[in-house]
Amino acid sequence: MKVLSRLHTEYERFMQKDSARNGGQDGRENGGERRPPTGWRLGVDIGGTFTDLALEHGDGTFRSVKLLTTGAEPERAVLDGVAAACKAAGIGLGDIRQIIHGTTLATNAMIERRGAETLFVTTEGFRDVLEMGSESRFEQYDLNIVKPEPLVRRARRLTVRERLDVNGDALIPLDEASVAPVLAAIAGEGIESVAVGLLHSYANPAHERRLRELIHEADPDLPVSLSCEVSPEMREYQRFSTTVANAYVQPAVAAYLRRLERALAESGFAGALMVMLSNGGLATLDTAIRFPVRLVESGPAGGAIYAAAVARQTGAARAVSFDMGGTTAKICLIDEGRPQAARDFEVDRAYRFKRGSGLPLRIPVVEMVEIGAGGGSLCGVDGLGRIAVGPRSAGSDPGPACYGRGGSGATVTDADVALGRIDPAGFAGGTMLLNAVAAERALAADVGAPLDLDAATAALGIAEMVDENMANAAREHAVEHGKDFEGRTLIAFGGCAPLHAARVADKLGIDRIVVPRGAGVGSAIGFLRAPVAFEVARSLYQQIETLDARAVGTLLAAMRDEAAAFVETAAGAPPERVSCAAYMRYRGQSHEIAVPLPDAPPASRDAKKWADIVADAYAAAYRRQYGPPIDGVPLEFVAWTVRAESEMDTAANRVEGAPDRDTSAAGQRRIVDTAGSGPVTARVFDRDRLRPGEPVAGPAVVVEAQTSTIVPPGFTLTSDAFGSLVLERQAEKPT
Amino acid sequence: MIERPAGDASADDTLARIRYPVLWNRLTAIVEEQARSLIKTAFSETVSEAGDLSAGVFDTRGRMIAQAVTGTPGHVNSMAEAVGYFLEKFPAAGMKPGDHYLTNDPWLSSGHLHDITVVSPAFHRDEMVALFACTCHQVDIGGLGQCPDGRSIYEEGLFIPIMQFARDGVFNEDLFEIVRANVRHPDPVEGDIRSYATCNRLGERRLAAMLEEYGDVRFDALADFILDRSRRAMQDAIRALPDGTYRNAITLDGYDRPVTLNAALTIDGERIAIDFDGSSPASSYGINLVMNYTLAYTVFGVRAAVAPEIPNNAGSLAPVEVRAPLGSILNVEKPRPVSARHIIGQFLPDVVLGCLAKVPGLEVPAEGAACLWGIQVRGGPEIGAAPGMNRDSDAVAFDLLSFNSGGSGARPAVDGLSATAFPSGVRALPVEAVETRAPVVVWRKELRPDSGGAGRQRGGLGQTVELGTRDGAPFALFAMYDRVENPAKGRNGGTVGAAGRVGTESGATLRPKGKQTVGAGDRVRVDLPGGGGHGDPHERPVEAIAADIAEGYVSAEAAQDLYGVRIGADGTLTR
Repeated sequence: MKVLSRLHTEYERFMQKDSARNGGQDGRENGGERRPPTGWRLGVDIGGTFTDLALEHGDGTFRSVKLLTTGAEPERAVLDGVAAACKAAGIGLGDIRQIIHGTTLATNAMIERRGAETLFVTTEGFRDVLEMGSESRFEQYDLNIVKPEPLVRRARRLTVRERLDVNGDALIPLDEASVAPVLAAIAGEGIESVAVGLLHSYANPAHERRLRELIHEADPDLPVSLSCEVSPEMREYQRFSTTVANAYVQPAVAAYLRRLERALAESGFAGALMVMLSNGGLATLDTAIRFPVRLVESGPAGGAIYAAAVARQTGAARAVSFDMGGTTAKICLIDEGRPQAARDFEVDRAYRFKRGSGLPLRIPVVEMVEIGAGGGSLCGVDGLGRIAVGPRSAGSDPGPACYGRGGSGATVTDADVALGRIDPAGFAGGTMLLNAVAAERALAADVGAPLDLDAATAALGIAEMVDENMANAAREHAVEHGKDFEGRTLIAFGGCAPLHAARVADKLGIDRIVVPRGAGVGSAIGFLRAPVAFEVARSLYQQIETLDARAVGTLLAAMRDEAAAFVETAAGAPPERVSCAAYMRYRGQSHEIAVPLPDAPPASRDAKKWADIVADAYAAAYRRQYGPPIDGVPLEFVAWTVRAESEMDTAANRVEGAPDRDTSAAGQRRIVDTAGSGPVTARVFDRDRLRPGEPVAGPAVVVEAQTSTIVPPGFTLTSDAFGSLVLERQAEKPT
Repeated sequence: MIERPAGDASADDTLARIRYPVLWNRLTAIVEEQARSLIKTAFSETVSEAGDLSAGVFDTRGRMIAQAVTGTPGHVNSMAEAVGYFLEKFPAAGMKPGDHYLTNDPWLSSGHLHDITVVSPAFHRDEMVALFACTCHQVDIGGLGQCPDGRSIYEEGLFIPIMQFARDGVFNEDLFEIVRANVRHPDPVEGDIRSYATCNRLGERRLAAMLEEYGDVRFDALADFILDRSRRAMQDAIRALPDGTYRNAITLDGYDRPVTLNAALTIDGERIAIDFDGSSPASSYGINLVMNYTLAYTVFGVRAAVAPEIPNNAGSLAPVEVRAPLGSILNVEKPRPVSARHIIGQFLPDVVLGCLAKVPGLEVPAEGAACLWGIQVRGGPEIGAAPGMNRDSDAVAFDLLSFNSGGSGARPAVDGLSATAFPSGVRALPVEAVETRAPVVVWRKELRPDSGGAGRQRGGLGQTVELGTRDGAPFALFAMYDRVENPAKGRNGGTVGAAGRVGTESGATLRPKGKQTVGAGDRVRVDLPGGGGHGDPHERPVEAIAADIAEGYVSAEAAQDLYGVRIGADGTLTR
């Protein structure tokens, strides 16, 4: 009881400090509308193929630009795009108040193994942690798998004599004489970056910090990443892998961001340049340069933030984002306007996107599932007579058979053409004529012939299989987080999602679909909706009955200060919202559930109440995720996280000039309803001419330059005030 | 769009060709989910960290329809047999929603008492449509502890026949009392059994939702479709191989005498039969296999080499027949001891691959370390106190099993995998997690240079592990190791991998099998075997050898001896 009351005091202090800054609970959860934003803001997303820009004014004016990414000097496309966007808006670069940037640079450096020449320093006896990983095979039956190659080869992995125990006490103090080979290596072998990862350093950073001092005495300019700072959590493989990744991409990311900053300044930009992190939060350049591993997947994170903003806008408390492009589909759960968060990510899943075939990173991320299912996914028949879709993709060159650019393999896009979903004459705004005969030929050859099906039925089978695969991935993802799809809104964007959204929604039991505007540059728009946010995680093992309140209180307070400092630097003001969570489990389990710690301290002085509240929250989360809680087994705490954030100003983004619209069909065509109605006649509408609020009953197709939205029988479509297409399932589905 | 000609493809036909495969994928997703929930909720680290489990869905006749691709073939394929035995004792007609059944009978499930199998019926609209099953490994089940020292099953721990342990959602607490009274660490065992039931129930919920969504689909019909497709695909794969009988034998260390596994693999049209006639008789120690387990690992070897992409189910397993003489080490009768049966069982894929290597047109990997080299240790009052402690009873009691793996055999086109489990599918525990769970220190865990067999493709490297107690207390090592006398053989001219070694830091040699005490202040040290090489070492590209030397996988001396290269004064390699 004594310890608990101590905890209570610490915790109270901690929360009071929080609520003082917080100014009480704010009411901004819905709508994202707050004090009127001013000035121009620009989101810039560099993807593997395209660089997207979204320029927006507080009054709702919006311009977007899409151009090809410029490989070696990615800032060239950025500068060209910025100039084009400014020209379109009739402003100068000096008028832009803020640029928010996300890039695949860090990800690509890892996937292509083109990062810095990195040295890894670790505990004596553990040279091969990076290479041995979990000692398992990610595929049980394939005798020929190849495991991911570590970012640092063995010759560049050196050990020093030292050893901490599980409590952080030194079993062997750091033997500085043993550091000599490390210093010799950095003096002579062209080392550009150093990663340090010692066993149990999350419990005591002293040895890692001393190593950095020694390295900096020898070479003050050499970047050094410490595992106790990059990812201070238990489990050495994940921590070392993350730290090495950080060191590996740091020089390139730092150089690029500094170049971009300089180039923008030279072109007249005088505002703030910020960077999008993988957790969907914004940070300063300095933070990004210190923790570049946190830039991984910032583009997809932007997409999830975009979907979350749409969810808030349309009043969907529970949503799921569905982003289907040319090669992959990404799915992310959104609750109360926030995307699902996680702390694990795997970069470069080289074997059919399979878990375990990539490099693990332990960083705060927007949690999403990605599978190899897109418009370009190649289709065939496996040895069991099952239609197989992806993960191999025809890409954009040669692309699907219907592109007529030399691709002969049947793809999902070819199936969509055969099903009548894509108008061969209206593709990409009519700039590219698709060859429906080539699509049919490919479908017949790759899927029809082996199964003795005609091309039409083959197309139907492909659509059913790819939709099922995406729904399965979504379902599995939801289950891992104890969530379901009941009452969710599906937010569909990316070139192929609006074609497949309705059937995926069927399979997930979802009744409402939103296809927002600007879906082609969704990530860049998402950057403009992101909060400034930073998350800190620490391992500290505790049991609930013997909680060391002082230790927990001190830790949380320190983490809070650290997270708040990052946010304050970037946002110019203390964070508006600080939340903490405990990672808890039954004693003896290995996997934890994140339990949000209460927003306010217990009303009474009864300190046990805190523990009871937390225990109840755990039991509820356990029931949601797995089933009945297990009575009588004590709870333990493994790790703690603190997230600090501040909302950025966001524009209202309403549709302009609606009055001259006229919701009448531009024509009609035959489409196949894959849910079972078969071929039906659908009316065709031009998206730009839909009048807000006027319902259209399916079957219908809404066309726009980038994609088409399929409205099957049984759905009604309405264009809302923000220009989003809202599909709702009618109560009674006609059969 | 293309309009389909009228009268083509009947509705049933479309269902079979399009909808069933889609639902097949759904079923696979359901059992994967069941398995992931097991990992997340399990209390023993063998399941939660190492993934030593299996999960699957069965039809009401006990045929396995889909299984999660997790854990170890030893569980998966033996579970496929086990459900039938449950149904023999408790017919489906008598099962009710909320019922759960379990056993750890080695002869009816997966070959030793440490594996608990839980089977639960799944209902949809008041009708029993399927069964979900899972098998998970317990570190301690009472008795001696997992080691081959027992001379009969009675010494090896608590034996639970097939029993009902929950009726209508209410657990049989009497059974839990018995379990608790018989094991050293009752909480995790009880917690695990309850969580297995929860995960089977989760599978039931998902299956019911699927059947609700596709109201016109009957599970039995879907099951028939899946099994028929799988069986035919397996038969096609076998038919593509030339008929004939292909023989192979391997010799292993055994417990007190070498063990020979002798196999004749016959390809006859669309069937494969493997006969282990001529293999060693049963051992007096616990390295014996029950037929279920022999079947499990043998079939795995065939399936991985012949048809890796076909999912594992009763259909794809059907065309493979396995026979072993009753009373041989591969098919023992009760009450023979079986606790450490994996030591021998995990070599069965190597035996099979050795047969298949002789099939014209088929290329297979070299032999590997094969059996897991887990470090299973126990400390506490049973063993003794740390120096300076007054009484043995003050010693902290713990049981720990970490999985460690040697090198796998070189493949026809790529090097073997270093320190990677094969054929088992389990994961190693993080050292930091090991040290949190038990008062031990892992002092070393590193690749073992020069342990991979030489070849055009090099065998995977083994590893060296050293472990002691944090306070220096003595501890027991339950050694379950092989390939100390009989290293992994190379293939097509590749050389053997390094043999394993078991000893202490102070220099004592330990027996590779059996319980032994490591004295106060000392540490156990194991050097794990490497995999065999594939192809003539003299054909390995010089650049690959240079890289192996630079990275420290192969020493300069070994490169000169085994690969026939000369190293010049400036370090360049020539041949």
